[in-house]
Amino acid sequence: MYKIDKLNELAKIVAEKREANAALEPRRMTAEEKDTLLATFHPDYKQDEFTVLSAGVNKGDKVPTQLAELLQGKSRITAADVDLSAPDYDTDVLIIGGGGAGASAAIEADEAGVKAMIVTKLRIGDANTMMAEGGIQAADKPNDSPAIHYIDAFGGGHFAAKPELVRKLVTKAPEAIQWLNKLGVEFDKEPDGTMVTTHGGGTSRKRMHAAKDYSGAEIMRTLRDEVINRGIPVIDFTAAIEIILDENGKAAGAVLMNIETKELLVARAKTVIIATGGAGRLHYQGFPTSNHYGATADGLILGYRVGARLLYADTLQYHPTGTGYPEQIFGALVTEKVRSLGAKLVNIDGEVFMHPLETRDVTAASIIRECTERNKGVETSLGKAVWLDTPMIEYKHGEGTIEKRIPAMMRMFGKYGIDIRKEPILVYPTLHYQNGGLNISEDCSTDVENLYAAGEVAGGIHGRNRLMGNSLLDVIVFGRNAGIYAAAKAKDTAVPEKLTLDHIERFNKELEESGAASGTASPMLLPHYARRSK
Amino acid sequence: MENMVNVYLFGKKYQVPAGLTIMTAMEYAGYELVRGCGCRNGFCGACATIYRIKGESALHGCLACQTEVQEGMYVATLPFFPLEKKVYDIEEIKPTEQIMMQLYPEIYSCIGCNACTKACTQELNVMQYIAYAQRGEYEKCAEESFDCVMCGVCSSRCPAGISHPQVAMLARRLNGKYIAPECGHLADRVKEIDEGAFNELIESLMQKPIEEMKELYNNRDIEQ
Repeated sequence: MYKIDKLNELAKIVAEKREANAALEPRRMTAEEKDTLLATFHPDYKQDEFTVLSAGVNKGDKVPTQLAELLQGKSRITAADVDLSAPDYDTDVLIIGGGGAGASAAIEADEAGVKAMIVTKLRIGDANTMMAEGGIQAADKPNDSPAIHYIDAFGGGHFAAKPELVRKLVTKAPEAIQWLNKLGVEFDKEPDGTMVTTHGGGTSRKRMHAAKDYSGAEIMRTLRDEVINRGIPVIDFTAAIEIILDENGKAAGAVLMNIETKELLVARAKTVIIATGGAGRLHYQGFPTSNHYGATADGLILGYRVGARLLYADTLQYHPTGTGYPEQIFGALVTEKVRSLGAKLVNIDGEVFMHPLETRDVTAASIIRECTERNKGVETSLGKAVWLDTPMIEYKHGEGTIEKRIPAMMRMFGKYGIDIRKEPILVYPTLHYQNGGLNISEDCSTDVENLYAAGEVAGGIHGRNRLMGNSLLDVIVFGRNAGIYAAAKAKDTAVPEKLTLDHIERFNKELEESGAASGTASPMLLPHYARRSK
Repeated sequence: MENMVNVYLFGKKYQVPAGLTIMTAMEYAGYELVRGCGCRNGFCGACATIYRIKGESALHGCLACQTEVQEGMYVATLPFFPLEKKVYDIEEIKPTEQIMMQLYPEIYSCIGCNACTKACTQELNVMQYIAYAQRGEYEKCAEESFDCVMCGVCSSRCPAGISHPQVAMLARRLNGKYIAPECGHLADRVKEIDEGAFNELIESLMQKPIEEMKELYNNRDIEQ
């Protein structure tokens, strides 16, 4: 039951129309309808929320205003603050970030026989990977193929992705699932071993593999366990705050900061992988986020300052179904799997207003239109929202389906008295994913030699919109890929002789001359949620 | 005026608005969290917390990000708990009863007090999954423990010194790798890809002009 009577009343309308709504197969939008909808209602198209960069390698490009402030911000140190001649850590491959991509990279680098080391500002596994609920795509069924997966991903991303990256994503997908399974990751399977797969928004085949609705958690905890088993050093509560270059401008390590004691440390490495994840905690355009506490775009700042270009940094994913109510879980992710299993999106009048499995950008824009122009949203103390008719899942597939397939969702709402088996839930878009990021080549290398990037921090794989299940896939495929290539490069690279931080002063100067210096200390490291005004 | 409640953060009293979670109440009180805060959505186990309501004897385990504050709540977060994780080579071990005896022998010292289950932040039947592990029933142990976020509150309450989340982690990996049925179509597809079965097709897609790709995308068959 909702604590607010009005919501219980409105939920009854949804219940009354459930039978009729369940029988509906809503029409999918045409390409033109989608284009118009996006241009009118998607947050990426709100020009006044973006700032054109005045300094750095993407000078002239627009990025979200909050990101511009950090990209054109001030380093937390000057070169004089650290002694580069006596590194605290020496390794072959330095991996910044302890999420799915970082852990996968570390395992592959270790497998290749080089010394790998992970630094992470929180704990290993404190990452968006841990929170991925719905699943991971791979075209491994007889009616599917990597080529069909290619078309879905490339089209879903508005034909903007780099073809060679999409090829890698889809052709390495089945192997990624197999690799995880061999590490002991559990997947939902039929008794004969056939994978239980469903649709995601924009998929043309059912290729979403899952481990209930803890898919990312199951993958992440297993990778973490494997990293520890292999004895790979993990330096936790330690953030990278600057990339170190050698005298030839190649990446050669990083300045680290213990985020509890603020002690500065120097790590020297032959190659460096940035795997720091996304940026949801920058709350672009004031949106709530489904992201991890540490998702503050650090890797974009680290890379940008040493000259690594960004690609599609102006495109973000607003997951259509963030929690719209209650306040305690406002913005928390309601997995797309809820719709994969058959729940439909319904407005205040109980009408199904769209096909539930359009791509995420289209679905988010459609929900925003329903709540604004059409004024068919449900008003709560937190703003407008639409219904996601979860009881429809059991109406279609029988009792027990929700507990078996989406137990995390049942638990999350259950804590606030809402039984998603019996009552529909309220949803509204939440800031979920950074579609773009550091520009990478097929080997995960950035524009800076010996500097690699993998996972959400990298751009170009998903174009301007990512499909459900292609991100968990991306972190595994490209995390491993970065580990393999960075390890191979490290084998051919001598220990860097002279380390420098000259880029800090150089970038400061460029900022000053451009007049765009924000003065904000960056990378941000953690959001500032403590209430200060009393 | 907002409806306020009194909570005691590490024993110190603060007035915070009702409806906040323990985590947001700490931030309301002025804490800038570094420890004990992770995904903020109930998946990572970083914000393990123990609380007791003033005047009551029962001790509760919870996740600070998923628990609403109550009047008179005494809160102690548990940002780290020393779990014992044994190191092993997943390729070498096998899903036998012996492996648990070898790696986590303390599970056989369980006295059946059920404190772990009572403390679980995910309402799992922890003692039951340990019983399955004792008997080498790893499939059942994996299923029963599946929603574990490894926060460690169970272990903080265990008189036998068991690191329950690590036992369950081992059981799940054994189950996922060795016990669950193998997937035939996955192995077939990996082989096809290795043999280059899709190279030409994908290469041709990569060469197509965008207009042709749009045609293909907008008119593709969608499985029902």
